[in-house]
Amino acid sequence: MSILIDSNTKVIVQGLTGKTGSFHTNQALEYFGTKMVAGTHPRKAGEHWTADSGAQLPIYANAADAKDATGANASVIYVPPAGAAAAIEEAIDAEIPLIVCITEGVPVLDMVRVKAKLDKSNSRLIGPNCPGLLTPEQCKIGIMPGKIFKKGSVGVVSRSGTLTYEAVYQTSVEGLGQTSAVGIGGDPVKGTEFIDVLEMFLADDETESIVMIGEIGGTAEEEAAQFLIDEAKKSRKKPMVGFIAGRTAPKGRTMGHAGAIVSGGKGDAESKIAAMEAAGIKVSPSPARLGTTMVEVLKG
Amino acid sequence: MNIHEYQAKAVLKEFGAPVADGVPILTLDDVQTAIDTLLGPLWVVKSQIHAGGRGKGKFVEAAAGEKGGVRLAFSKDEVMEHAKAMLGNHLVTAQTSAEGKQVNRLYVEDGADIASELYLSLLVDRETGQPAFVASTEGGMDIEAVAHDTPDKILTLPIDPMDGVTEAAAGKLCDALALEGAAREDGMKLFPILYKAFTEKDMSMLEINPLIVMENGHLRVLDAKVSFDGNALFRHPDIMELRDTTEEDEKEIEASEWDLAYIALDGTIGCMVNGAGLAMATMDIIKLYGEEPANFCDVGGGANAEKVAAAFKIIMKDPNVKGILVNIFGGIMKCDVIAEGVIQAVKETSLAVPLVVRLEGTNVEKGKEILAASGMNIIPADDLDDAAQKIVAAVKGA
Repeated sequence: MSILIDSNTKVIVQGLTGKTGSFHTNQALEYFGTKMVAGTHPRKAGEHWTADSGAQLPIYANAADAKDATGANASVIYVPPAGAAAAIEEAIDAEIPLIVCITEGVPVLDMVRVKAKLDKSNSRLIGPNCPGLLTPEQCKIGIMPGKIFKKGSVGVVSRSGTLTYEAVYQTSVEGLGQTSAVGIGGDPVKGTEFIDVLEMFLADDETESIVMIGEIGGTAEEEAAQFLIDEAKKSRKKPMVGFIAGRTAPKGRTMGHAGAIVSGGKGDAESKIAAMEAAGIKVSPSPARLGTTMVEVLKG
Repeated sequence: MNIHEYQAKAVLKEFGAPVADGVPILTLDDVQTAIDTLLGPLWVVKSQIHAGGRGKGKFVEAAAGEKGGVRLAFSKDEVMEHAKAMLGNHLVTAQTSAEGKQVNRLYVEDGADIASELYLSLLVDRETGQPAFVASTEGGMDIEAVAHDTPDKILTLPIDPMDGVTEAAAGKLCDALALEGAAREDGMKLFPILYKAFTEKDMSMLEINPLIVMENGHLRVLDAKVSFDGNALFRHPDIMELRDTTEEDEKEIEASEWDLAYIALDGTIGCMVNGAGLAMATMDIIKLYGEEPANFCDVGGGANAEKVAAAFKIIMKDPNVKGILVNIFGGIMKCDVIAEGVIQAVKETSLAVPLVVRLEGTNVEKGKEILAASGMNIIPADDLDDAAQKIVAAVKGA
């Protein structure tokens, strides 16, 4: 099993005709034939987008039309920041079950508005400002490099794109492989939090262990740790390795990700590490030892 | 993006918040305008720098006198004296470096008779994903200390963006601030005004510390600290004009022109990394092996050779840099492109410090070949652990 996406996932692309959308749609098609089924563009309905392979994807005016025509159950968004929130809202209105917004730089108050709408819908949003998600040898949504993945048993969830790659690469090198990897994104207000993904990994039989990568800012890691403690009391528990980026980050500065900031006495690395360790997660002090630490944890 | 207190007050005044009359001072000539415009009999002369703790701060220069960065004046002559003493000198506060910040601007405003000091702020609450007011009767103090010592004296009230500030929400805030009579009436009006300003101008933080109840029973915004969501500035050209680049690090300004996320730090190892999380993790691993990072630098996912070269040059401008670690896990970015950028930069900067390069991801073999074939003194690393150890060893050995 995997979480959220598999070989049956049909994906539309909002922002397909742009440079980024085109590049990554080609990559997705090349990754075990991820079912990319259509694109949207308000003024290009009826046209086609041609992949490097020669395959053609139809363009529809909006997400609802694309979903109706193709039976898509997921959408990936590559539109620029100023229009990203509207694109997410369009996908919510189209009742697309899984919406993945890659776009970095979406204004926070736009996301506040989106989240209010999202909470009243049946859609799940991953991101924004995220690398997307991937289930090895089945489906790739977003910008993760497919070749570092290996089909296996580790679930990966992370706020950071490139640290997701580190965790994936290292668990591949150790021979463990992954069930799915989910980048939830580096923004302060986002669609999916650690707890949501951890719940799915705990429920997934093939996921035997979990890597969770957090960073400074907010209290999502602390909340996730409390969730894991509560679940462990119900005998739901899997071996976990963690990492928190930003131990050396200065207070009050935004470290690249809009959400990575220690402010108001909240969000520092030490309190996150302490909370995660209290929940039984083996927190690696080095981002280079996620894979080896997992091997040690699994040996017991 | 941060702005000065006087700018923040002007923005809030536009929305109808009660602020004192005041005049910004950029040169000593402006002081006369302030004296002519403001009635007195009490004036406050306030240093305008992007750092808190100004009142309790100290000037570096002896000529500025012993007083802090916020001074009371009881006569027009005294306004001038204070302005002359402070303008151009360096103020050290709990939030600045030991060298302090040069005070290039002052703000003179009418003084107020304070009956009580309160705390009020607005921010985006990450747990609920909604804007939230934070209110406390403990104004004029460090709110983090209040939160730590007496958390029961702080109310955090999230506002549902669908509803805005309801009568009930405003009432709760009045209660939390113990507002009565005229102050309560002022509060019921003020909270929706602040919410409107916060949301319409895409603020990331609006802090009024203190909000005061005056002797006459009315509320006034005595201090205001406002910062804006950098990602929303594209739709606020009026706010963008308020940027004061003299408050920013020169290297950080140049980095922002290249769309690089760069933050200057105090250590010796310069870092160039793709991805914010990996960039932080790279800083962390340098520290883990016993050295300190000189900067945070995320070149982003779509960097080209020119951008990489620009990042390199910015890092090299820091005289404390004794070695550079390039750490790229190429998902979107191709390693051969990075390698070419690094070589271009090494040539252009005539690099004289050790350079360790770790490449992983798309076209990694090609990238490594390009570096090896360059004949330059570049230390290749296999993984992040290896890279960190090599750069720390190189810097310590130098």
